[in-house]
Amino acid sequence: MAQTLDQLLVLAQQRLVALWPAPWQPWVAAFLGAAAIVATFGGLFALTTWLERKGLARIQNRLGPNRVGPYGLLQPIADGLKMLTKEDIVPRAADQWIHFLAPILKVVPVLLAYSVIPFGRHLVALDLEAGLLFFFAVGSATEIAVFMAGWGSRNKYSLLGAMRAIAQLISYEVPLVLSAVSVVLLAGTLSLPAIVDSQAGHGWAGLANWHVFTPWGLAGFVLFMIAATAKTSRSPFDLPEGESEIIAGHMVEYSGFKYALFYLGEYLSLFAISGVGITLFLGGWRAPVAWLDWVPSYLWFGIKLLGCIAVFIWLRGTMPRLRADQLMNFAWKFMLPMSLVTLVAAAVWHATATWTFAGAGLWRWVLGAALLLLPYRALSRGLTQRGRFGPRRYRFAD
Amino acid sequence: MFGAGLLKGLAETARNFVGSYHDPARLPTVEYPERRLASPENARVFPFLVYDGADPERGLRCVACKICEKECPPQCIYIVLERDERGKPQKHPRVFDLDVSVCMSCQICVEVCPFDAIRMDTAFEWSTPDRFGGLLLHKTDLAKPNRYYHQIHPTEAAETDARLAAEQAKAEAKAQAQAKPKAPPSQPAATPASATP
Ligand code: SF4
Ligand code: SF4
Repeated sequence: MAQTLDQLLVLAQQRLVALWPAPWQPWVAAFLGAAAIVATFGGLFALTTWLERKGLARIQNRLGPNRVGPYGLLQPIADGLKMLTKEDIVPRAADQWIHFLAPILKVVPVLLAYSVIPFGRHLVALDLEAGLLFFFAVGSATEIAVFMAGWGSRNKYSLLGAMRAIAQLISYEVPLVLSAVSVVLLAGTLSLPAIVDSQAGHGWAGLANWHVFTPWGLAGFVLFMIAATAKTSRSPFDLPEGESEIIAGHMVEYSGFKYALFYLGEYLSLFAISGVGITLFLGGWRAPVAWLDWVPSYLWFGIKLLGCIAVFIWLRGTMPRLRADQLMNFAWKFMLPMSLVTLVAAAVWHATATWTFAGAGLWRWVLGAALLLLPYRALSRGLTQRGRFGPRRYRFAD
Repeated sequence: MFGAGLLKGLAETARNFVGSYHDPARLPTVEYPERRLASPENARVFPFLVYDGADPERGLRCVACKICEKECPPQCIYIVLERDERGKPQKHPRVFDLDVSVCMSCQICVEVCPFDAIRMDTAFEWSTPDRFGGLLLHKTDLAKPNRYYHQIHPTEAAETDARLAAEQAKAEAKAQAQAKPKAPPSQPAATPASATP
């Protein structure tokens, strides 16, 4: 019974595909997978905008949207209608084609990236051998969209925003990929379903063998999530939008549905990158303890995804925006060295896996934690002591 | 330790989030159209005209002296004096219009009125789809009973009423005193009693 429930979506897809003549079947299967992904994550986008507004409101001691439907749940529909009925303005000086293509290019690669994420047992649209590589490659295409939007609008704020965005996105791409590499090192594969399988089984006290429960995995997960926040340009790394400084940056000249597409793309990439983070560090669709294995795997994935979204909303409600120089310092002087250190810690963890003497597990932990904490202290001291995070001193003003 | 401040901030926002569900101090919103807060006693929005008794027309304290019309800084009061058929002024406004889209709630009209006829109201829900007619209040909209005045500004109304009563008593006493020397024979019994020291 639990088995069927777990495989419900896979079986449904197989049934539907079997209705078609054999030569069409691969196409139908691909189409069904794509449709399911677009529908699910489109719906999740709507839900998340509501969750975010509610959560931020509660953090700010407000009630949040509560007028449209019960608890304001129909608010996303109202927002969508508003966006659809707004005028779509294209500046006369803009490069029409680039301006038109940018929002589409922001959404489509992200949807492609979903195809390699395993949402449940056997529930992956495209089981690629190099799935992780595909994910990062396709995910980086959205950076082009951002620059196209900024360049094509022919507006100085757009261009400034786009340049900031490109600097940020490329800088944080490095720690993002490096922290993922440590998992690849341990799992020995680039295929995401195989990475989930590498975290199977239960270890100490019945806890699952997720990578996040190791010293390097914890550090890697935190680094990955920080880099993911920057990569999806969410607060506190929302400089590309910077509403109070550069009035929405590369999106200044967009209105109506194109603007909504940018938002859709941003949220979709947030979900996708959280999904990969879950797959790499949080055991993908696996249950945290053995006696919860009966819960369908896709539900576990959903719960973890919602948890990640909640944390992102919480962060957004808490952190102020960084300055551009702080952002770069943080990326190159903290995130990058730390992700390299994590890689070394992961390698050490891998090399010490053969230790068999008494208390070996504890010693591995101590070694791994020390390997991470000492550089952390040193790097953070280097960042904070030289006044890089303090108030800015203007050398020419006084 | 680097990052401790971030955790402290996260804890603070989490406390706000959780607190907003059970602690009224962390969710002070009153959902206005459904629930509303009582206006404070000294709230003031736009002026209204006070009338005594039951008839909003004849009970009006306003005598159309037009002092408020002249003093109103943005000139939003318009008064036409009532005259009878022979053109004799009637100490009563025929027209008393107040444009609340212009009024700036300065209360100067209230301060200058010698007859305590105009006072500040606390009603604020004047939104209307008709921005010309809907925001021009006429005499009938403005006239409100003294009872209402007691409701919205109890202290001030009591003070006004006491002053008016005292003034009236004084006027009556004066009238009596003036009436006395004119008709001494009508009160012969009283004269010796009051005259004897
Ligand atoms: S409200 Fe007062 S000041 Fe104004 S016209 Fe009437 S009596 Fe005169
Ligand atoms: S409150 Fe001020 S602006 Fe309004 S009617 Fe009175 S004097 Fe004029």
